[in-house]
Amino acid sequence: MTTATLGTGALRRRRRLSLHALRRFPALTAGLTLLFVIVMAVILAPVISPYSPNQQNLFHILAGPSWAHPLGTDQLGRDELSRLLWAGRTDLRVGALAVIFPFCFGTLVGTLAGYYGGWVDSLVMRVVDVLIAFPFYVLVIGLVFIVGTGTRGIYIAFAVADWVVYARTVRATTLIVRESEYVAAAKVGGLSDVRILAGHVLPNTISQAIVYIMSDIVLVIVAVVTLSYLGLGVQPPTPDWGTMVSDGQEFLTTDWALATLPGIAVVLVGLSLSLVGDGLADLLRPE
Amino acid sequence: MTAPALEVRELALSVGDRRRRWRVVDRVSFAVEAGRSLGIVGESGSGKSLTLRGVMALTPAAVRIDAGSVTLAGEELPLHGRRTRVARRGRLAMIFQDPLSALDPVHPAGAQVAEIARRVGGRSRRAAWVRAIELLDLVGIREARRRAHDYPHQLSGGMRQRVMIAMALASEPAVLLCDEPTTALDVTVQAQVLDLLDSLRAELRLALVFVSHDLAVVRSICEEVAVMYAGRFVETGPTAALLEHPRHPYTLGLRQAVVDVDDAGRAPRSIPGELPEPGQLPPGCPFNPRCTYADDACRHGTVELESHGEAGRAVACLHSDRVPAP
Amino acid sequence: MVIGVAAATFLLLHAVPGSPAREVLGEHATPAAVAALNHRWGLDRSLGSQFVRYVGDLVTLRLGVSFVYGISVISLIGDHLAETAALVGIATLFAVLITVPLATLAASRRDRLADQAVRGLSVLGLGMPAFWFGIVLIEIFALRLGLLPVGGAGSGLWGHIESLILPGLTASFAIVPLLVRSLRVGMLEVLGADFVAAARANGLGELRVLLWHVARNAVIPTLTLLGLNIAYLVGSTVIVENVFALNGLGSLLLSSISSRDFPMVQGITLVLAISVVLINLATDLLAARLDPRIRLG
Repeated sequence: MTTATLGTGALRRRRRLSLHALRRFPALTAGLTLLFVIVMAVILAPVISPYSPNQQNLFHILAGPSWAHPLGTDQLGRDELSRLLWAGRTDLRVGALAVIFPFCFGTLVGTLAGYYGGWVDSLVMRVVDVLIAFPFYVLVIGLVFIVGTGTRGIYIAFAVADWVVYARTVRATTLIVRESEYVAAAKVGGLSDVRILAGHVLPNTISQAIVYIMSDIVLVIVAVVTLSYLGLGVQPPTPDWGTMVSDGQEFLTTDWALATLPGIAVVLVGLSLSLVGDGLADLLRPE
Repeated sequence: MTAPALEVRELALSVGDRRRRWRVVDRVSFAVEAGRSLGIVGESGSGKSLTLRGVMALTPAAVRIDAGSVTLAGEELPLHGRRTRVARRGRLAMIFQDPLSALDPVHPAGAQVAEIARRVGGRSRRAAWVRAIELLDLVGIREARRRAHDYPHQLSGGMRQRVMIAMALASEPAVLLCDEPTTALDVTVQAQVLDLLDSLRAELRLALVFVSHDLAVVRSICEEVAVMYAGRFVETGPTAALLEHPRHPYTLGLRQAVVDVDDAGRAPRSIPGELPEPGQLPPGCPFNPRCTYADDACRHGTVELESHGEAGRAVACLHSDRVPAP
Repeated sequence: MVIGVAAATFLLLHAVPGSPAREVLGEHATPAAVAALNHRWGLDRSLGSQFVRYVGDLVTLRLGVSFVYGISVISLIGDHLAETAALVGIATLFAVLITVPLATLAASRRDRLADQAVRGLSVLGLGMPAFWFGIVLIEIFALRLGLLPVGGAGSGLWGHIESLILPGLTASFAIVPLLVRSLRVGMLEVLGADFVAAARANGLGELRVLLWHVARNAVIPTLTLLGLNIAYLVGSTVIVENVFALNGLGSLLLSSISSRDFPMVQGITLVLAISVVLINLATDLLAARLDPRIRLG
């Protein structure tokens, strides 16, 4: 998914993150709160979930909400609430880990391309253009085909497919920063390239990448869940929202909650991350 | 006595959010007769463009019209609500500073003029096109018939400005508001456009209000001038007399900052200090921190615009008598 | 560009670590069995010679023969292409029909309730998995209300169209949230432009300003944006076809993957990627035609 990005660099002072700032950005605060709740819930899953997610109880299948099972049970009698929490652990963890390589690699490549220009830049942009032409899911699914399903496949697939937008965004900002006066001053002053990149260029360009990380994690989590739905991602018995939906799809007529609740969980995660991302973008925008 | 073509009284605009608001235009009043021209001159940020926007009720979202009245040939125009556009159609028009951004890039020049002539002037499509060519010719575009099919990016700056004037005339207004229309043009083109505006004023009996930061421009086209500082008028009067002998220290400063061909050899003198931000006006007269004549009286209490001696002049200064001729 | 895409497809499918042969035969396969399969698929030759063969095949439009079906990849793709094309078409239509009014509403009522609501919905939509949305739609419209079919392609023209409504809607929602956000910003930019203020100042009515000035200017970046997002749309049809049991290229891709039909996967990936490139080209050209600054230089 691509956005038409306005490449303004955060060259001037950025507002510091402080309690005062939080009050002025209700969206950011709401997002952070929601995110905190969700993350706490899944981290504490082993402690707070009433049952083990894989504990079956074939006498109590497809039950509706009750005191014993606040969100009911699934087709194998497993507690829905516990499964939701544990699946959250899996999906959030996989999602967060999967963006690390794209973020690092993309930022690095983008910085180098933007800073050095010339053939490095042309080469990188060529590769980026070609990769962007591929429909995201086709690419990812194709890669999973080659590499194999399961979390290993997911990490490799995203490593290959997801770094391009970071590279493009960072490159655009780097191009602007490169022309700024303090970079010129640093060069004249004899600082080595690495010093300049690390100390002057990167701090300014990275803020754009960080804002994008938020929406990328949403994208990645949705993709992980989607792949799992198709049977290509997280494999059972590890609980996962996607497989929960595909399992529940058969029972739409009798117990629609099975297929619906995991999706709502994903939407909530997406909502909180998007709010945080938008809030960060507002915060870091140069005034 | 007939009512002036345009009369503005105590117009006040403020900017800000729910918690804090600051005045950016503070009780501004003026009047212009048909066929005459008034200049409003001041530094960037003095509020002169916003004044025009206020008269047109076309202020940006963050700006609010707090008070004031705008009267056109005796009829009061609404400043809020849905009727603002309709009330001004075909009576007030405005031209802007940057002709490239003030013209729509996707429609040919002639079409944009014709669109106004058709929708506001009530003409048929064909008649509107004919009228558009007439107007383009009137504003001095040669080969108007051919040029009408050109897009804005294909025209020179001077021509674009003329197109914008033609668009404004297409609604057949009685009053034309000009927001720094020559600032973005070369000096030679500037002179041509000013000449054009002047002759249109005379021929069509338009009332012109001309905003600029350039004293020389205002002097060449405006019979009367109002000097604006930090949102208020500090001096008003007939242009020639006012510039020959200003009565407000700020006007004197502006006058001395202009290098004329006549005073060759004299270096321009700038006014020390800066225009204050809307929320940071000093107590008393807003100009006092930068004024050589300021004393305690200037720093306390308000200083109002009051008529001063000679006909038609008004000054907002406690020491207007001490201001020398430049 | 097309060359790049073809090369990339090859590289990705051949050079990425992993052995499809081993996947097919399972973990306990003997090295000999794996080698035999690799030989049969031509995967044991050097990368260079594989590539040469690949290019040669492409130029003669031979995408190989399906391992599973035994017939040429191209003919199979041809059979299923129409369904996917129809889905993409309907999804694009829905996307435009939903995005334009919402973005216009949000832009014209900036920061008021309507705007906040639209923006809120966009944020929600961004985090919503397409397949789940499809399932919810099925639940509501097909099962509860019985208005539309649960899946499969219907018979006759109307049945066919009916069967594509829910899938088209689902697929469009893959890009609607993003499109609405971007179009809203684009329209706000146009609304704030000087020429809009000038038109209003000269007496042009608000509706006329919106239609003749704003819409005509905002359509250019919208087209470009649509083009950029078509890639994502095409990708999401793979998922949508699965949810609704439609018979297009996406389903074919998925079944080829589970049956390890290497040439099919390669062929479909290539076809999908190239069509995205072509669509992008088309929208860019169209946008250029609509902008006189580009058209006339």
